[in-house]
Amino acid sequence: MLKVAIIGPGNIGTDLMYKVLRSPKLELCMLAGIIPDSEGLKRAAALGIPTTAQGIGPVLDQEEIRVVFDATGARPHLAHAPLLKEAGKIAIDLTPAAVGPYVVPAVNMGEHLDSLNVNLVTCGGQATIPIVSAVGRVAPLAYAEIVATIASKSAGPGTRQNIDEFTQTTARGLEVVGKAEKGKAIIILNPAEPPIVMRNTIYCEVERPCDEQEIRASVEEMVEQVQDYVPGYRLRVPPLVKGNLVTTMIEVEGAGDFLPTYSGNLDIITAAAVGVAERLADHIINRREVAPDA
Amino acid sequence: MPEFLRVVDTTLRDGMHSVTHQFSPEQMATIAAAMDAAGIDTLEASHGDGLGGSSIQYGRAAAPDRAYLEAVSSVLTRTKLAVLLLPGIGVKDDLDVAADLGAKVARIATHVTEADIAEQHIGLAKRRGMEVMGFLMMVHMAPIDVMVHNARLMEAYGADYVYAVDSAGYTLPPEVRDRVHALKDALDCRVGFHGHNNLGLAIGDTLAAVEAGADVVDGSLRGFGAGGGNAATETLVAVLQRLAIPTGVDLYKIMDAAKLVEPFKAQPKQGPDATLILGYAGVYSSFLLHTARAAERFGVDARDILVELGRRRVVGGQEDMIIDVAYELAQAG
Repeated sequence: MLKVAIIGPGNIGTDLMYKVLRSPKLELCMLAGIIPDSEGLKRAAALGIPTTAQGIGPVLDQEEIRVVFDATGARPHLAHAPLLKEAGKIAIDLTPAAVGPYVVPAVNMGEHLDSLNVNLVTCGGQATIPIVSAVGRVAPLAYAEIVATIASKSAGPGTRQNIDEFTQTTARGLEVVGKAEKGKAIIILNPAEPPIVMRNTIYCEVERPCDEQEIRASVEEMVEQVQDYVPGYRLRVPPLVKGNLVTTMIEVEGAGDFLPTYSGNLDIITAAAVGVAERLADHIINRREVAPDA
Repeated sequence: MPEFLRVVDTTLRDGMHSVTHQFSPEQMATIAAAMDAAGIDTLEASHGDGLGGSSIQYGRAAAPDRAYLEAVSSVLTRTKLAVLLLPGIGVKDDLDVAADLGAKVARIATHVTEADIAEQHIGLAKRRGMEVMGFLMMVHMAPIDVMVHNARLMEAYGADYVYAVDSAGYTLPPEVRDRVHALKDALDCRVGFHGHNNLGLAIGDTLAAVEAGADVVDGSLRGFGAGGGNAATETLVAVLQRLAIPTGVDLYKIMDAAKLVEPFKAQPKQGPDATLILGYAGVYSSFLLHTARAAERFGVDARDILVELGRRRVVGGQEDMIIDVAYELAQAG
């Protein structure tokens, strides 16, 4: 079991906690916050998880903690990142700080297994980059554009106040991880009641004509890989090819661990974080096994 | 009745939907110059979905934002240039570029319940010395108290005007009156109305808004906006003259300007029935041409698509849902 800690006992940190507790590969050693009687810390304590209200300090002090999820915010993570690095701990950054490289488990985890800090892009990036990558491995992409539609209730004040951060970071993720020559992202908030499940439309412009069946097979294979760590990830409209344009639609229903099922946009980022940590667990254990006399 | 009514013409923004965003910068400049000569107070120019709207989702524009703004800005002598920005589609950098190119008015638009995504954009526009008009779109989808709450947010962020925007052309004149009254009562800033003619009510709705105290209203030449179009600016000017409300616009000259859009007017393939259904079902007006294309591609009735979109309470910007619904209807056979 890989020993991990979570900083930030808010909605995301709490949902993450439940997912880590279900993981056969991860052991949650601490949940850290800064407000002593916060709901998140109380909830964790009631489950028998060690908690601290002294922030990152006690996490740094525990040598056996190898991986730290940061579910605070961009500014706190900028402060946490060098401290974690110095303590030799791997940071999985769920904030928009992007200190480390972008990681999407189904796409590029293999490239960053030895990185000390990885960033999870955005919820829209986690949901759409796998599809962009699946189309792109059939034919190079001149352009990728995604539209993420989420329930108003699942967009917190952080997202709302920095909505440009979502569109700009996601667009960069489409380019850097999705390998599209150029990326664009659009986000729509829909207030319908009952809340809608997260929906994503992915438009890919391929550089040469390609076979719909080949693209469909590639996308379906990718969807299965994402489903490994995000069970509620579903193809809604399979790739439709018209000229050089490939249109695919997916939806993401949350697991309902702590956050409601409609907030698949939040679920996918906590699920991806656990996906990253589990792959790190396998990697670290394999490394121990092959290292002579380790 | 007001002593002066500000009229904003949106032919070169809302009208972009009607030409699938294919006006050239030169065409925009010609029309803009005619409106400037007619004395229009403010005109709006950009992609139909605002700055940064050029995309597969909404349709690519014939030229970049910058080219349109440069072209229009260069011919204006007294008319103020406005730009539209929808947070989630355009970004603050786009607004900065527009300010650099001479845009004097920033219209920041959100769905009627989502004003809090516009705080940074309104703040930036104010810092850049622009006048800010907050746009609450699809206003029929929220009860009056929710609309007022969101309008207050926009005012608190710095908006000089808050608009009730009837994006679906769904709202009837008495409902417009109630909404504008509510905004006038609740806000210290000024209030505007932007209508669509899907149910043939754009002029009537606009008149109701004026009676209820609106300080600014929108129109487009020949009503050349999305869906059934907007209130026709030239008709609006004539109606306001009958009411002895000055707008600063020369009626004959604005009629002359309206002639310039005549060549661009083409009936969408699905005809006026689909337009009517937009207003009837409460669907965002710019969905019209996208729906006509999807109906043809998937072999289904455009009206069925629109009614289903209305039932799903789809909001502005969700053009991808048209494909989703059309695909589903086609699969269901």
